[in-house]
Amino acid sequence: MTKTEFRTCPTTGFKIDLNAQALIKWNAVAAVIFLAIGGLFGLSVALTRWPAVHLLPADWFYLALTAHGLDVLLLWILFFEIAVLYFASAILLNCRLAAPRWAWAAFGLMLTGGLVTNVAVLQGQSTVMFTSYPPMMAAQHFYLGLILFAVGALIACGVFFGTLVIAREERTYQGSVPLVTFGALTAAIIAVFTLASGAIILIPTWMWSIGLISTIDPLMYKLVWWAMGHSSQQINVSVHVAIWYAIAAMLFGAKPLSEKISRGAFLLYILFLQLASAHHLLVEPGLSPEWKVFNTSYAMYLAVLGSMIHGLSVPGAMEAAQRKRGFDRGIFEWLRKAPWGNPAFSGMFLSLVMFGFLGGISGVVMGTEQINIIMHNTLYVPGHFHGTVVAGTTLAFMAMTYLLIPLILQREVRFPRLARWQPYVFGLGVAGISLFMMGAGTLGVSRRHWDITFATAPFDFNYPPTALLLMALNGLSAIAAALGGLMYIIVVVASVFFGKPVRDKIILAAPAGHPVSGAVGAYGSAGTLRIPGTLTLVAVFFVAFVLYYFVNWKYLSEIWPMR
Amino acid sequence: MAIHPPGEKLWWNHPVDRVELIWIAVAFVWGLVMFFMMIWWHATGEQNLSTETYRTTPNAFYAKVEASIAEWQVRELNGVPVVKPPVGADVYLIGRMWLWYPVLELERGQSYRLHLSSLDLQHGFSLQPININVQVHPGYEHVLTVTPNSSGEYTIVCNEYCGLGHHSMLGKIFVVDR
Repeated sequence: MTKTEFRTCPTTGFKIDLNAQALIKWNAVAAVIFLAIGGLFGLSVALTRWPAVHLLPADWFYLALTAHGLDVLLLWILFFEIAVLYFASAILLNCRLAAPRWAWAAFGLMLTGGLVTNVAVLQGQSTVMFTSYPPMMAAQHFYLGLILFAVGALIACGVFFGTLVIAREERTYQGSVPLVTFGALTAAIIAVFTLASGAIILIPTWMWSIGLISTIDPLMYKLVWWAMGHSSQQINVSVHVAIWYAIAAMLFGAKPLSEKISRGAFLLYILFLQLASAHHLLVEPGLSPEWKVFNTSYAMYLAVLGSMIHGLSVPGAMEAAQRKRGFDRGIFEWLRKAPWGNPAFSGMFLSLVMFGFLGGISGVVMGTEQINIIMHNTLYVPGHFHGTVVAGTTLAFMAMTYLLIPLILQREVRFPRLARWQPYVFGLGVAGISLFMMGAGTLGVSRRHWDITFATAPFDFNYPPTALLLMALNGLSAIAAALGGLMYIIVVVASVFFGKPVRDKIILAAPAGHPVSGAVGAYGSAGTLRIPGTLTLVAVFFVAFVLYYFVNWKYLSEIWPMR
Repeated sequence: MAIHPPGEKLWWNHPVDRVELIWIAVAFVWGLVMFFMMIWWHATGEQNLSTETYRTTPNAFYAKVEASIAEWQVRELNGVPVVKPPVGADVYLIGRMWLWYPVLELERGQSYRLHLSSLDLQHGFSLQPININVQVHPGYEHVLTVTPNSSGEYTIVCNEYCGLGHHSMLGKIFVVDR
């Protein structure tokens, strides 16, 4: 058995298992490396889709697009999530990490799998896009690498569950697990479902690629593959919502408005999010409307309900905490006097707002059975998921990194001024990417397309000129986002490897005002809760949601009648 | 704090503030509205995707396309046959690497049974500029009943990646007045 040593965090008082600390560090470092690689591919894709630049030749474009999806959507996010799982279990519960050797084995498998699949893509025989729909076939080791990676991630989830069991056995905490750990548990449970679906579809597909199976039904593949592909995005949602709660707690001492409601909202994710495979099958042949309506709406939008609950309770918890800390004037003093210069806060808040307004609303609208007809496989789709996975998840992970560096890696954040601006530059770029792609998609522009001027096609066709302008703006936004990504990577690498060690207590909390005693009620605040600022934000969100939803029904009603 | 165990051990008994309950109620009702909107559109809306689907094979489907060309071809466009089927007819359209085949000529305001299938990989039927998008699978024959309600020249883009010539895969549908 590996020896367990602990240190005590001078700032938070948490007991930190050094094995967990090292694993968090290396999983996060691997994540950041894949972010750098995948981000570079992403930039080259966006610059190619900018018609005036048209950077890459066709074969390289499709290769880069495949690699971009693989490296950022899968590798960056899952490595970082494993780091968060270890943080939310071992660190937050003051516990030793279960089976650190297995955790290292998981890391090794994930890294090997990730590298093998990257090599397969770069060799040029696996330009099949991230989704790899059959009958298009990739090289065998493309699938094999993904399978190794998934097995590794599954083992890491096992280590997380084991740690929860140990913490309970050894009574390292009192009562129930913290809300953040509960959110991470939600993510891990969904991850098991997701990785199992991945295994169910990727193992036969791999056998097909080596000739042991004659055909893979393309519709069946899509149904099961998206049980992995979409549900894994719900892992991201659970994790980044948990991170929102964690950052609000660390900076403001924010408590959930109601433990019951916030945990209930996470529970809705577990119960309903897996149905979302249907989002990718709304314009497919052969599936009944009953199946589509029930699944695409997560059984009457119950998972959307979960997100809308978090959308009130996260900013609400911050507002209540800020008011208690003395920023109690007017509707928005709590927000105005928030630490906008602290990248952990600005990143987290931008993530929260953009996930809701850009990713959330567009996702629900696009996932409406009939409306999907005017959006499927247009650029609207990547526009939507850059709003969720990049503006939401990636920005939240970046924000969290600024807290992990001093607390877990015990280094000062280098280049603080660069770090201060980083979430804004990245956030601005991503907001542009998301909006301009959605705009182009609304005008019909295809996703995954090298030449929207159709120079080599047998017929003439042009998208509206506005679409070309939007693609140029998308390219400019991608440059901004890449710059923001580069700033992040410089700060992380410089801090982790060359940062000044942190030995003493650091000041984590945001500056407070002059608290007025009794201004805000006690824990949970039922009956005395006062969050007018959050209610205003939520009301604006709701109105935008309703209007945008019905505008798209209007668009739909204008296309050719079909039945 | 959210990073510590709940302060009250019996947190599930703690009362919930009215504000939060009202928001949950609003969000839940909105979810119901969106849910029933899809069902209502099935009953009253004019744009619902057909579920009529048959198993087929590339050879069988190609034979039907050839037969329709032999019967109804009116001219050629850039070497591709243009088919003008009678009103209400079964019309066959192939997606293949890298062409939508054949070109169709339909009459405005008339309904046609449009059969879609692929000869090789998955393709994306994306009719521009009206922006109707339907996924096309090999081995499945998907029958949509469409009623073009505007005349003009329409282009079918392929919006599912289908290999290195994907970006040159186009097709045409002409809609003419009677």
